[in-house]
Amino acid sequence: MALMSIRDALNLALKEEMTRDEKVFLLGEEVAEFNGAYKVSKGLLDHFGPKRIIDTPISESGFAGLAVGAAMMGLRPVVEFMSFNFSLVAMDQIISNASKMLYMSGGLFNIPIVFRGPNGAGPRVSSQHSHNMESVYSHFPGIYVMSPSCPADAKGMLKAAIRCDDPVVFLENELNYNLTEEVPEGDIVVPIGKGDIKRSGKDVTIIAWSRMMTLAKQAAEELAKDGIDAELLDPRTLKPLDMHLIAESVRKTNRVVLVEEGHFFAGVGAQIADSIYSELFDYLDSPVIRVAQSENPMPYAANLEAATLPSVEKIIHAAKQVLYRN
Amino acid sequence: MESVKKQKSSDIGREKLTGMFEKMLLIRYFEEASIKAYQQKKIAGFLHAYIGQEAVGVGTLEHKLTQDSVVTTYRCHGLYLALGGDPKAGMAELFGKVTGCARGKGGSMHFFSKPHNFIGGHGIVGGQFGSGIGAAFKSNYNEENAVSFIFFGDGALAQGTFHECLNLAALWGLPAIFVCEDNQYGMGTANCRAIANIDVASKAAGYGIKGYTINGMDLKEVHNTMKHVVHETRTQRRPALVHMKTYRYFGHSVSDAGLYRSKDEVDTYKQLDPIISVSKTLIENEWMTDEDLASIKKTMRARIQEVVDFADESPEPPLEELTRHVFSSMLEGN
Repeated sequence: MALMSIRDALNLALKEEMTRDEKVFLLGEEVAEFNGAYKVSKGLLDHFGPKRIIDTPISESGFAGLAVGAAMMGLRPVVEFMSFNFSLVAMDQIISNASKMLYMSGGLFNIPIVFRGPNGAGPRVSSQHSHNMESVYSHFPGIYVMSPSCPADAKGMLKAAIRCDDPVVFLENELNYNLTEEVPEGDIVVPIGKGDIKRSGKDVTIIAWSRMMTLAKQAAEELAKDGIDAELLDPRTLKPLDMHLIAESVRKTNRVVLVEEGHFFAGVGAQIADSIYSELFDYLDSPVIRVAQSENPMPYAANLEAATLPSVEKIIHAAKQVLYRN
Repeated sequence: MESVKKQKSSDIGREKLTGMFEKMLLIRYFEEASIKAYQQKKIAGFLHAYIGQEAVGVGTLEHKLTQDSVVTTYRCHGLYLALGGDPKAGMAELFGKVTGCARGKGGSMHFFSKPHNFIGGHGIVGGQFGSGIGAAFKSNYNEENAVSFIFFGDGALAQGTFHECLNLAALWGLPAIFVCEDNQYGMGTANCRAIANIDVASKAAGYGIKGYTINGMDLKEVHNTMKHVVHETRTQRRPALVHMKTYRYFGHSVSDAGLYRSKDEVDTYKQLDPIISVSKTLIENEWMTDEDLASIKKTMRARIQEVVDFADESPEPPLEELTRHVFSSMLEGN
């Protein structure tokens, strides 16, 4: 075990996987000489050289497209978006090309690419730099969507993503890069599609991922003071969902709060709620409650930004509501 | 810009010219058969025929080596056949059959062939530039001598990806040949109404690379100039931009009645037909008699009939194909 930030865990995963497989390379804006806009790729240029750690122009559609072609011809690109907001510029490449290629070629050309970078709201960056992209990318068959909440998962999940033979959208979070916890040593891979119970409890299941798990942990501590024993479930992979784990937890607690940083309408939480209602209706003692981003573009003003996003208080309130304790 | 003198017809020998002629004929008859099958409702969706543009694909890809890759638009049948793709698998793809080159899942716009490194068959205008430079990137990454052929229509000149990928290819010295098949219309919009400067080769200067202009109706000019371009790209490891002036006789797709252009205009270009002009050369050079020509055409018609019959008789994809190839392997527990 070693204490490590999510940033360093991602860096180590990249280093280990690039050492393991020469076909893996990293490209994106500022990844090489600048050491990464958020320093995830720090030191990798020195270690692997400019052939494999590649600074690109500000040309997301171009370099994401290049990655698709390189992948079709047998390489394994890792594409860093400085922010997932910029992936919108490359979306035709991610969706029309990467996610469809294997299928529409009748199985001839698979696309081993990881599209990774920070997702969601940074602090005080307003409307165009605060998108949560998980529900968008989860909509399309042919892409895996993963989002880690802690350093150990960040390392193990990124390794799984890089080894995957299909496209993976790997969503990090700017505000979580410094989150520091123990990371087990060695070549530990967290399989795609496997969730994890981050806190075992019996009263209510709180499902959250990425930075929302940090908030959910704080909420669980507060709830414990009121005698409410919350179970924290991190799906880790949003597509495909680990419905087996979700079912196990729901059958135990019979109550669910879904937390996501993205907007309420057509969010990933809506899909999880639908799956719970369809498959686990008889196990529910109350309606599922969702905590999500309100239906407005992200405002700049501090008070409005806070009001837009989920919070510890909102999660506590929702948990008490499903327990009829408000 | 670099001008390359028109080469003499004698540069292309009898065997090679005959071979290219037969490929153009294969494409022409294949496309005629596909239009007929579309009218019979055996083919649906979009169908973009290559008729009129055969010399561009055949003359260019004559220089493709095994390790090279090719990517193009939805007007992809001609290049697939020029590469040596199986016509039966091509027609079966159009018919939506499991024996198709994409198992009936791609259709007209998405032909692929692994042994030819034919990486599509792309439905979004300008969506293929990235894949094309990615293949060229892989050639450099692995220190191979492969080049990447990127075909696109004049309509794509207005897309951002064209400029982004030219910039990346020039910046990183990628061996990519950008071949603009300028058939003068982006769907129904004449390129004079869509492209500020239709001198495509002149755009090369903006990226510090070489540009070429070629009469795409002239097989020999296409072949000879592209021989130079491909050699230079392969050895000098830098991209090139080629403007092929060509024409399609049919509509943008089969559902296009072509009301935006005159019959006279279409007829003018039909006078330049590469299949007619090459057949004349073959006969003038006494490399072929009229009887030989008639025999080749008859044999090709019969071959295409076999291709259509194969497609017609092939089975539809079984329902298991519905969820197959969404991912390359099903993960544990899913």
